[in-house]
Amino acid sequence: MRTTSRPRRAAVVATAVLAASTLLLTACSSSSDKGGEKGGGDANAKITLNVGDFGTFGYKEAGLYDEYMAAHPNITIKYDTVQDGQKYWDALTTHLASGSGLADVQAVEVGYIAQATNTLGDKFVDLGKTEGINPANWLDWKSKQATTASGALIGLGTDIGPMAICYRSDLFQQAGLPTDREEVAKLWAGDWSKFVDAGKRYQAQAPAGTFFTDSASGLFNAVLSAQPEQYSDASGKLVYKTSAGVKTAWDLSVAASQAKISAGLRQFQDPWNAAFANAKFATVVCPSWMTGIISKYSGDSGKGKWDVAAAPVSSNWGGAFLTVPKAGKHTKEAAALVAWLTAPEQQAKVFTKVGNVPSTVGGLQQPAVQGAKQEYFNNAPTGQIFAAAAQSIKPAPIGEQDGNVKTIITDNGILDIEEHGTDPAKAWSNVTKLVDDKTGH
Amino acid sequence: MATHVRAEAPPARPAWRSRLYRFDLKASPYAFIAPFFLCFAAFGLFPLIWTGWLSLHYVDLLKPDVMEWRGFGNYTRLWSNDQFWTALRNTFTIGVISTVPQLLMALGLAHLLNFRMRGRGFFRVAILAPYATSIAAATLVFVQLFNPDYGFVNWMLDAVGIHPNWYADTWPSQIAISTIVTWRWTGYNALIYLAAMQAVPKDLYEAASLDGANRWQQFVRITIPSIRPTIMFTIIVSTIGATQLFGEPMLFGGGVGVSGGSAHQFQTLSLYLYELGWPSRQLGRASAVAWTMLLLLLLIGLAQYLITRYRKRHELGG
Repeated sequence: MRTTSRPRRAAVVATAVLAASTLLLTACSSSSDKGGEKGGGDANAKITLNVGDFGTFGYKEAGLYDEYMAAHPNITIKYDTVQDGQKYWDALTTHLASGSGLADVQAVEVGYIAQATNTLGDKFVDLGKTEGINPANWLDWKSKQATTASGALIGLGTDIGPMAICYRSDLFQQAGLPTDREEVAKLWAGDWSKFVDAGKRYQAQAPAGTFFTDSASGLFNAVLSAQPEQYSDASGKLVYKTSAGVKTAWDLSVAASQAKISAGLRQFQDPWNAAFANAKFATVVCPSWMTGIISKYSGDSGKGKWDVAAAPVSSNWGGAFLTVPKAGKHTKEAAALVAWLTAPEQQAKVFTKVGNVPSTVGGLQQPAVQGAKQEYFNNAPTGQIFAAAAQSIKPAPIGEQDGNVKTIITDNGILDIEEHGTDPAKAWSNVTKLVDDKTGH
Repeated sequence: MATHVRAEAPPARPAWRSRLYRFDLKASPYAFIAPFFLCFAAFGLFPLIWTGWLSLHYVDLLKPDVMEWRGFGNYTRLWSNDQFWTALRNTFTIGVISTVPQLLMALGLAHLLNFRMRGRGFFRVAILAPYATSIAAATLVFVQLFNPDYGFVNWMLDAVGIHPNWYADTWPSQIAISTIVTWRWTGYNALIYLAAMQAVPKDLYEAASLDGANRWQQFVRITIPSIRPTIMFTIIVSTIGATQLFGEPMLFGGGVGVSGGSAHQFQTLSLYLYELGWPSRQLGRASAVAWTMLLLLLLIGLAQYLITRYRKRHELGG
């Protein structure tokens, strides 16, 4: 018995070792198989295009994916949407650096486009050289933002964020301010400091528990985006410490915070969302995409009470691009999809569905855009307001670190003043310290 | 002669066999544990060493292949950085105010569950439910509860006239975060204690009750000393968990989660690491934080080991 059991045991050990090592091999060797098919080849081969984006691009909502798949039976589109734009970008940069885990189409927010063109430029397909794409179709500055130093166009503009002011006419009336959108626009026309003055007038007679505006950092973003000089100069160097634009925006938002005309909330957070439903503030700086957020969170109780007036100075806040990473499997088909999604007709469809304003000249001129009115906002002619604002936008240079600096100024500077009553001078020195630390070498 | 032949002829096989047998006996345990250690070397040890190497360089997240020698510059820079010290302090305070109540409550719960009572099985499963919930889901609920303006907690506290800002102020925000941690892990630790308590011999309790000891005295004099190794184990595991606390403050802070609030009032070391590594793209400095955390844990582990050894000696001697 013992003699027979011994060889069997050896066999068992041998198989166990073998099994363990195969297990190891399969576990350790991550899928290193190179995708066989690479663009071209059989034009009718069934392929899947993956789209990665964040927030609300409106393609699914406007039925564009279905439409494209119906016209191209060999293509299946899958999409993955991340809600938080910052987290989306953090993940995307990691994937780009390692060249894996990328979708065929990746959206990039305007705040990060400079990082994409400077440091990551060679990771994207040059769409300017793709057949059927004419960079001149887009607003001039929009295409420029996505062009690398060597002239490659790495992203096609999806939408832009021309800015207005959304306000609650019921609260304005109770505080003794005008309610008609033309009259309201006149309150602050031409100068953001008049907006703060209007806020002081509002606050003097405000309904109990309400504030003139939602947050000082929202005001900061709005004022800054109208400035010709922002965080970086034309060469991409950080100049925020001496920038006249940053100083103007900082001083105004500090003034707003100290005059207590701001509810002191942080935008896009739960308390902010909840404050919409509870009518805690009367105005919010309103890039076109904000209208969707307002109607979502104010709900039925705010319908017809919100209205839209022109901003003191028109400027752009937000907007995005669609890119095609070179590491994708089907770059050619992906480029075709991107070109179609960002064409004027599709942009107009997205606008009518979710309110993202077209970034193409042709898209802005579409009747569906120009004639758009929003019932929720007391039938305000939002199409006209935003298209008019879009025409007069004067873009400022964007640098690679702008996104970081903006986050630190608004979250660790202005929000700190609002939440803890920190002395503005101390808050500013804290900001510069943090920026030096985080962007330094 | 015959005996000589008998001894000489077959040996070839038995000797080979017995050698194989001995080899089998000695080597096969290693073969069986090899998969874990090989995978550990590939996915645990190598990243650890690589992180250490990275921490001596300046590395941009977007260009991880370009490295610039820094020596211990990344470490000395931590030393002179306020934000690092804030994060370290927060990690410590949040760790203490979440671990201590958590383990005390777990002990109490385990003691109660150890009694004979109706529906014992149900309660034992129920206390594990928070542990089975995802951090994200739990934190979202707590964010709503702690909302300074519309939250349930402040609605209750209004009755006693206090109205803390659970997001903005240092202690309230840290207490809110440790509430989430405590809620999640108390049941888990209670089950571990319960398992240990059940191994305590029943006759000890019988003898004690014959001597007239009440429940509390039995708990303090018999239960606690008997499960001391288990308590030590949970303390070590909880300390490691507290040092690496990440998900709860990150999600609790929402958009300012990465920087741990507007004044870093609840930024932990892990969050600081993430902030340096991802939004700031400084992989080298993030790696330095990672190694600092590892060294801290080793120090804490060493301290705990020394304390246990001292106690053991002390007890044996006394």
